Amino acid sequence: MAGYIFKRLLSAIPVLFGITLIVFLIMAMIPGDPATAILGSYATPENVAKLNRDLGLDAPLWQRYFIWLGNMLQGDFGRSFALNRPVLDEVIERFNATLILAGTAFILCSLLGVIAGVVSAARQYGFADKAITFAVLLGISIPSFFLGMMMVLLFAVNLKWLPVSGMYAIYGGGDLPDLIRHLIMPATALSVVAIGVIARLSRSAMLEVLRQDFIRTARAKGVHEFGVIWRHALKAAMVSIIPVLGIQAGFVLSGAVYIEMVFQWPGVGRMLVDAILKRDILLVQGGVVFVAACYVLFNIIVDVAQSMLDPRIKT
Amino acid sequence: MRQFFALLFRNRLAAAGAIVMAIVVVLALLTPVLPLADPDVTNTGDRFIRPFSDGHLLGTDHLGRDLLSRLLWGTRLSLAVGFAAALIAATIGSAIGIIAGYFGGRTDNIIMRGVDMLMAFPYILLALAIVAALGPGLFNALIAVAAVNVPFFARNIRGITVSIAHKEFVDAARLSGMGDMRIILSEVLPNVIPVIVIAMSTTIGWMILETAGLSFLGLGSQPPQADLGSMLGEARSALITNPHTSIVPGAMILVIVMAINLLGDGIRDALDPRLKSGALSRPKPATLVDKNRTEMPPGDPEALLSIRDLRTEFRIKDKIYKAVGGVDLSVRPGECLGIIGESGSGKSVTALSVMGLVSSPPGIITAGSVAFKGEELVGASYKTLRAYRGDRVAYIFQDPLATLHPLFRIGDQLTEAITSHHAIPKKEANQRAIELLRAVRIPNAESRAKSFPHELSGGMRQRVGIAMALANDPDVIIADEPTTALDVTVQAQILALLNDLRRERGLAIIFITHDFGVVAQLCDRVAVMYAGRIVEEGDSADILGNPVHPYTSRLMACVPELGGGKRELEAIPGLPPVVNNLPAGCAFAERCANRQPQCTNQEIELIGTGSRSVRCLFPEKSLVEDRELQ
Repeated sequence: MAGYIFKRLLSAIPVLFGITLIVFLIMAMIPGDPATAILGSYATPENVAKLNRDLGLDAPLWQRYFIWLGNMLQGDFGRSFALNRPVLDEVIERFNATLILAGTAFILCSLLGVIAGVVSAARQYGFADKAITFAVLLGISIPSFFLGMMMVLLFAVNLKWLPVSGMYAIYGGGDLPDLIRHLIMPATALSVVAIGVIARLSRSAMLEVLRQDFIRTARAKGVHEFGVIWRHALKAAMVSIIPVLGIQAGFVLSGAVYIEMVFQWPGVGRMLVDAILKRDILLVQGGVVFVAACYVLFNIIVDVAQSMLDPRIKT
Repeated sequence: MRQFFALLFRNRLAAAGAIVMAIVVVLALLTPVLPLADPDVTNTGDRFIRPFSDGHLLGTDHLGRDLLSRLLWGTRLSLAVGFAAALIAATIGSAIGIIAGYFGGRTDNIIMRGVDMLMAFPYILLALAIVAALGPGLFNALIAVAAVNVPFFARNIRGITVSIAHKEFVDAARLSGMGDMRIILSEVLPNVIPVIVIAMSTTIGWMILETAGLSFLGLGSQPPQADLGSMLGEARSALITNPHTSIVPGAMILVIVMAINLLGDGIRDALDPRLKSGALSRPKPATLVDKNRTEMPPGDPEALLSIRDLRTEFRIKDKIYKAVGGVDLSVRPGECLGIIGESGSGKSVTALSVMGLVSSPPGIITAGSVAFKGEELVGASYKTLRAYRGDRVAYIFQDPLATLHPLFRIGDQLTEAITSHHAIPKKEANQRAIELLRAVRIPNAESRAKSFPHELSGGMRQRVGIAMALANDPDVIIADEPTTALDVTVQAQILALLNDLRRERGLAIIFITHDFGVVAQLCDRVAVMYAGRIVEEGDSADILGNPVHPYTSRLMACVPELGGGKRELEAIPGLPPVVNNLPAGCAFAERCANRQPQCTNQEIELIGTGSRSVRCLFPEKSLVEDRELQ
């Protein structure tokens, strides 16, 4: 197993390089002069030239890529000019908040999605199946940001059960119960689409598995139907559900950007949008690379989980 | 094509989606000619007018602009952008996919590596990076959304192209001297376009949602121009005081995306042939039993297991396949009964019907009785059936690779068979599992118990299957072709093992096979099945030495004899009848050399005396005089 994890980590290296290259090339598409973009159109030509030199922007493209990459490998992602602090510090701080939000949503959508899918398959064409299918259809059709706004309207404004926005209460907050109260709505809104997608897929994976011969064997042994569904069938279905969980993690992370805007959550998504609007290019660049790298590492965890579940995968 | 639309519209939800989408598209197209207020004229005196007021059906927004007008113009813009993004992504992505798939080799390798890299991103990061580079704006958001979806098309279309690029008609075009470009345009592209269109129709909802999302973040359309996303984004600050300005555009996005999803699901379902055949149905815990069946008193009271006039059908769409058409069988303690017949003769379905293990739907038991020690099992509760399954009546199946759970260790699978019926401590159950593995002569039982099924050989796996059947010391074992997937020496070992176990434990065995050799070696009695019915039954030595039914004798003539030499092997001409359309009278008449007109115009009974019976009006000549039969 340790060997397999090492092998997967090794194979992630070229992907990480690819990511930096893609991000770098996209950023190289910036029209005009980045220094002017940073300093604004009233900057003097001398200042522009100096900044270009300071940023190393007068070097050829490929040199600039390797300088940037080398700096990043040493933990130097550059400085955010708008915030006047190192990019990495800001990104890590913001990413923590995103991780709390997206992680909760991911756990929610994995659990509820799989459970809904299994129940739906076990009761195929029954009332529960129809109800779940309808809820899933609604869930995957509603934009998460709209859902978030409607939840605010209902639960925060009308019913006053939960706080409108933010991560902690401004006065007297900061403890775990406070965080949880602030987390409920954004995490739910963020997970709804993924719940729908996972439920759908789990349902069809279960239906596929339930027709297999080993399910008949389990029944012939006299295993109770509950064990047939939740132990035998679900374990086999997880082989095709786990990769989808990995893909959905990416969608949850993406959706977090909208949800962070709706709920004023101090995460990396809101940071990126602000940075784009302020044309804080280094912050965008560093944030994107950092989050993408985390996602790649997360997918390695998914692969390892898959290989632990399925002994037929060569490790 | 017409069938496709018929299927699509039989799905009422899909039809509803299609209608809603059509209305939205027509409204969007007609927007410029409808009598609407100017969407961009501000009038701060009239801000936040509620919906359903005079002059403003949906009210006004924070700048006093007419919401209905802005909604329709915004919808028009959102649809146009979503559609344009889908078209761009489909065109570029498909071009990349076709090139990679058509040229293959290194080109393919390099391109697909790049595509994989792009797919390693959560999509929004890529979109944000592109917008960050190009600057906020609707057109740039469109480019970002299209770019993010290019890899999806490239990958799908490459897959299709690879399968086409090696077809004969492409080779023919190449041999006739056509250039690559012309082949791609005239041979490959026409075959790929349907797939592209389907992929587009399923992603267009996504594209609309994604561009709306970017606009919502303020990175898409810029004021005063507004699509649905930016309307929602601008309304957000007034959410609490004036929710209608948010609800109007939000609900519109919901309606559009939902209609597209419904339509997309409908298209997918209409194209998936498995849904039509009902092959995706989940089999119920026990086979359905027809409530209106004619009930039967249980047969032979002395028998351990007795089956009387059992009828099991498969109902697929409007066809009824009568897999088992009235079977009578019984087995006594310690007896081995063989059931022999060609594939599709109904022998497995008969066996599975006993414990309600026939997949249902589509299977259903329509008549008859199955009694275990006098207790009726047809129509019995799930609880009763489950209590007997694996405890008193156990099964051994063919192909143990498919019938053992691939992800559980075999020791655990054995333990489970025990603990499903007996509440004993786990440790004791494990010990028993290892004993069982020893009983079926598996070497190193302790370490083998920790193996997964795929780590064992076919013969070993079948021994595990047998061990599992023995787990609770059952009274009857039903073995459904347990040796068919094995090679001959292993087969002999397994048969010897079963025979030993039978003698040691006084088991009754029902052995299903298509091999007369197996019958000779193991079975006391044998029943020959054809088209869902028993055509001949008796002591196996008797039947093997003296087949009476023409089918039995023809079947035996098909068996090669080792060293026996000069006999001609005969195949039976023709095929078994399809059981959804059985002929009247004898089902074998069509292929029978002794056929007479009477054979096909009346029901033929299974008649016999003593231990032998046959379902035939004109049994093999040499035996017609046989006193035992008359």
